[in-house]
Formats: sequence, C-alpha cells, structure tokens
Amino acid sequence: MKIYENTGNKDTRSGFGAGLTELGQTNENVVALCADLIGSLKMDAFKANHPERFYQVGIAEANMIGIAAGLTIGGKIPFTGTFANFSTGRVYDQIRQSVAYSGKNVKICASHAGITLGEDGATHQILEDIGLMKMLPGMTVINTCDYNQTKAATLAVADHNGPVYLRFGRPKVANFTTENQKFEIGKAVNLTEGNDVTIVATGHLVWEALEAAKVLNEEGISAEVINIHTIKPLDSTAILESVSKTGCIVTAEEHNYLGGLGESISRVLAKNKPAPQEFVATNDTFGESGTPAQLMDKYGLSSKAIIQASKKVISRK
Amino acid sequence: MPNIQKLQDLTTQVRRDILRMVHKVNSGHPGGSLGCAEFFVALYEEIMDRKDHFEMNGIGEDLFFLSNGHISPVYYSVLARSGYFSVDELNTFRLINSRLQGHPTTHEGLEGIRIASGSLGQGMSVAIGAAQAKKLNNDSHLIYSLHGDGELQEGQNWEAIMYASAKKVDNIISTIDLNGKQIDGTTDDVLPMGSIKQKFEAFGWTVVEIEEGNNMEGILEGMAEAKSRTGKGQPVCVLLKTEMGNGVDFMMHTHAWHGKAPNDEQLEIALKQNAETLGDY
Repeated sequence: MKIYENTGNKDTRSGFGAGLTELGQTNENVVALCADLIGSLKMDAFKANHPERFYQVGIAEANMIGIAAGLTIGGKIPFTGTFANFSTGRVYDQIRQSVAYSGKNVKICASHAGITLGEDGATHQILEDIGLMKMLPGMTVINTCDYNQTKAATLAVADHNGPVYLRFGRPKVANFTTENQKFEIGKAVNLTEGNDVTIVATGHLVWEALEAAKVLNEEGISAEVINIHTIKPLDSTAILESVSKTGCIVTAEEHNYLGGLGESISRVLAKNKPAPQEFVATNDTFGESGTPAQLMDKYGLSSKAIIQASKKVISRK
Repeated sequence: MPNIQKLQDLTTQVRRDILRMVHKVNSGHPGGSLGCAEFFVALYEEIMDRKDHFEMNGIGEDLFFLSNGHISPVYYSVLARSGYFSVDELNTFRLINSRLQGHPTTHEGLEGIRIASGSLGQGMSVAIGAAQAKKLNNDSHLIYSLHGDGELQEGQNWEAIMYASAKKVDNIISTIDLNGKQIDGTTDDVLPMGSIKQKFEAFGWTVVEIEEGNNMEGILEGMAEAKSRTGKGQPVCVLLKTEMGNGVDFMMHTHAWHGKAPNDEQLEIALKQNAETLGDY
C-alpha cells in the first residue's frame, strides 16, 4: 500500500493563516474579521499586511457574522475567524438568516474544532458543528486534514461563490498531503487502494485512518482510505465506487456520530447501495479537559478505534 | 423643494396597499407598516440617492436595510411604487410561489432587497458591514437602516452599536421606529428600555430626534439634519417617533394591530379613511 510521509507536525490553523496571508496579496476583495482571537486563528500576518481590510470586532461574534454579510454587498469576500463553537452554535441564527438564506459569500473559518482543542474542555470543544452547518441549505462544509490541505482549501474557497464553513483545529498534527496541492471543493481524495474495507475520514482522523490502514495491511487486510474534506456537497460517486469494491465502510470524524459525516454517508448508501457501516465518532457526548492524544483515545477517535471498527465491519459483510 | 402633497398622496396610496395586502391573506403586520409609511416614502422618493434599477452590490448609490422585517408590507409597497418591480406583484404577498415572502428575502430575487430580515436584531450589523464596504470602495454614498424600538431588546444590536462608534462608521444613518409598542404590549410594559437617546449617546452615536415621525415635512427636515451629521467620525441615529397604525383611526393608540389583519368590514372603514390617490394595484 501507498505510505504517506509525515513531513513534520503542524497545526491546521497555521495552514489557514498561511492561505489567508497569500489571499491578501492575490485578491484585493478578500477582507478578514476576527472576534478577539487573532493569534489563535493565525490572522496576524493578514492584519499586519492589510490593516484597512482587517476588522477586529471584539468579543461579539453575532455582530461579526452580520458585518461579514454586509461586506459582501459591496463586493467583498469576508473571512470570519473564531473558534468553531463560536463560529456556529453561538451565531446559528445570524448565519441562517443573514448568510445562508440571504446567499451571502461569507467564509466562516473555524479553528479549535472538535475534542482536540484539549485542556479548555467541553465548553469550547464543539462536536456538533458539522451537523449544524450541513443542515443549512446552500452551505458548503469543509473539514481539512492537515496544514497543506488547509492552506489549499483556504485559497480555494475564495474562488467559490457562496457561503462556506471551513473547519480546522488547534493541535499540531501530521502534515502529509502535498504542498501547493490543488484543492477541489466537493471532490474526495483517494489515499490508498484496497479491497477489503473502505475507510472514509475527514479532518484530523484522516491521518489516524492512514495509520490504521498500515496496521491492517500488516495483518493482511487491505483498506481503501478516502479523504472526504468536503462533507457538503458530498462526493457520493467516490464513496459508492469504493464500497462497490470493498462491500463495507468505516467513517471516521472528530464529531458526534449524530449529524456528522457518517450520517451523510449512511444516507448515500441507503439510497444507492446499502452496505455495513461502522462509525468512528463521539457517542452523543460532550468532551472534557485533557491532552488531545488522551481525549482521542478516551473518546474512541484513534487509529486503534478505526482498526477495531474495520474488523467489525468486515465481519458484518 | 419637494412636492409635499405628492409625497402625501403616495403615502396614502401606500397605506391602501398595506391594508389590502394584509387583508387579502388575513396575515401580516399592518401596525408598524402604517406607522412607517411616511418615512419609507420620504426615504425612497426624496432622501436616498439611488439608481433607477437594482444591483445587489449597490456601489455608487445610497442603500437601505430593513431590520424589522415584519413590516414588509410598507417595504414592498414603496419598492414597487418606486419602480423596482410591478405594483401588480403586490397581489402575491404571502401567497405560495411569491417573491413577496412574509418577511423580506433575497432568496426569491426580489429587486430592492439586499438581505433577509425577520429574525430580529440582525440588520444593524449587516448595515454596518455594507457601510464599511462603501468606505473600502471609496464610495461616498450612505447606508440607511430601520429598526423597531422593541427590536433593541435583542442583544446583537448593542454589539453593533458599540462597534459602529468604535470604528467611526460615520456613513450610516440608523433610524429607530419609536412607536413604543411590541407584540405583547407597550415597550414599557414588556421591557422598559429607559432613554434610548441616552443609550445611543453613551455608545458614541450622534442622535437626531424627529418628534413627528408621521409628518412628511418633519421627516424630511430631520433626515436632512441627520445627513448633515454624517462624515464627522460618529454613526448617526435617528429617533423617529411614530404612531403604530397611523392613518386608520381604530388601529392607532394600541398595539393590537401589530400582527393582525383587518376583516372585510374593517378594511372598508380603513380604506374610506385613505381615499385612492395613485390607483390601487
């Protein structure tokens, strides 16, 4: 099987910051807004380079979303930055009415998503945001897996006309996708070829899926790992093609199994090609304080959990 | 000099439109719509410098945002009678497959609407964003917005009010419809808000008061004053004292007609008090 090299751990939010910095130079319509988390969102460089296009709104996320919607009316492409919890749950109605229903070209960029936010605990660890955002008509939902992909996605969403939820995280994780890759919204990336089980992962769980595939491979189980970075619109063709070959699927995400990627895939399978599916996701629970690694292990989001789920789903074929 | 009689005739026709629209579908919000009829007519006919056709980005013209979207009847009537779409389309208000949704939306592509509103408290932030885009575009035109007084109970407004003065957004004129009423009663009964003037001033806004918000000349004078205060480093707030249900005697001095349509008999009485001027749709 194809082996991916970790070129060094990096945080996905820094990929966002690098992408935004580049957009500042290449697209004069791009503006950025932040609700008192410039350092955490890695928006410092954009702010320094383009102070006239940067809006510090203070701790007022609802106002930030509304201002972003208004900025689009003058032809601007606003990128809002705050933690995922405050980017979604806190401002859901503002996004629903002023952005999604109004069809505004706002890019909602959310860091510190999921349980790997770590020690701050459950108040900040949103595990429901993919569900919230994918339910909004017209909203594109992206969850990137590493630094390089996050940078590429940040560049790509600027060229997409319509509201986007771009989800990434806090911890330094393996950086293994190619530098300067072309990011195609809505297009799955096949990482390894396999015949026994399809593993579809998004966000930080993609690297865990690759680690799991290596172990499975050593045990004679051939896993096809697919990176779904775009949860909506979902690349159902790629999923169905793979499941036609493997006959079963594991979905892996740093999110509640309710409302997440796994449920979106279940719908595709139920409509087109029913197949056994196992869910690697949090089990309708809040998180807690701890290190990212401890939390991934405790809440069943590690490569170990993906290996177990793969064996179980193969046995159900 | 504006022709006041012409503006008043249009206002009377707008009142008829509002009453007939909500009567036909037995739903909608006539009270606040009637109370703001003069303001909308003044805004679209005299105050705003606007293009004669609709462009979403609004570059090179003044823009208006309605935050209290439930007064859509007056908005639709004035937009239609200002030429954004056919007045015949007012017939479709709140009906299935209509562009004239219960609350205004961009979703159906209705000319004149730049943001959906209805869920309260969001319009000021949007208006501020549009104002900041104008500054980035070196566009010297102004942003106007309208908000209910009860709507100020929504916290997002105060985030926006704090932000606008801090960022010196001085190309915006936000008008508060001070009719003192909301669904459950008077604003003082529901949640007393104290002095809205002092609150805006404490938040760093310039405040202009229009004591007679249903008097065309008073509105024109007050809005001219407000316009003269723009560009001086502070956002401008207009406190427009209106009478909910204005122009229909039995709808005035009560909150009862906030969201209730007249029946056949009530419509007839109301229309008699507002004789046709420019022709019904």
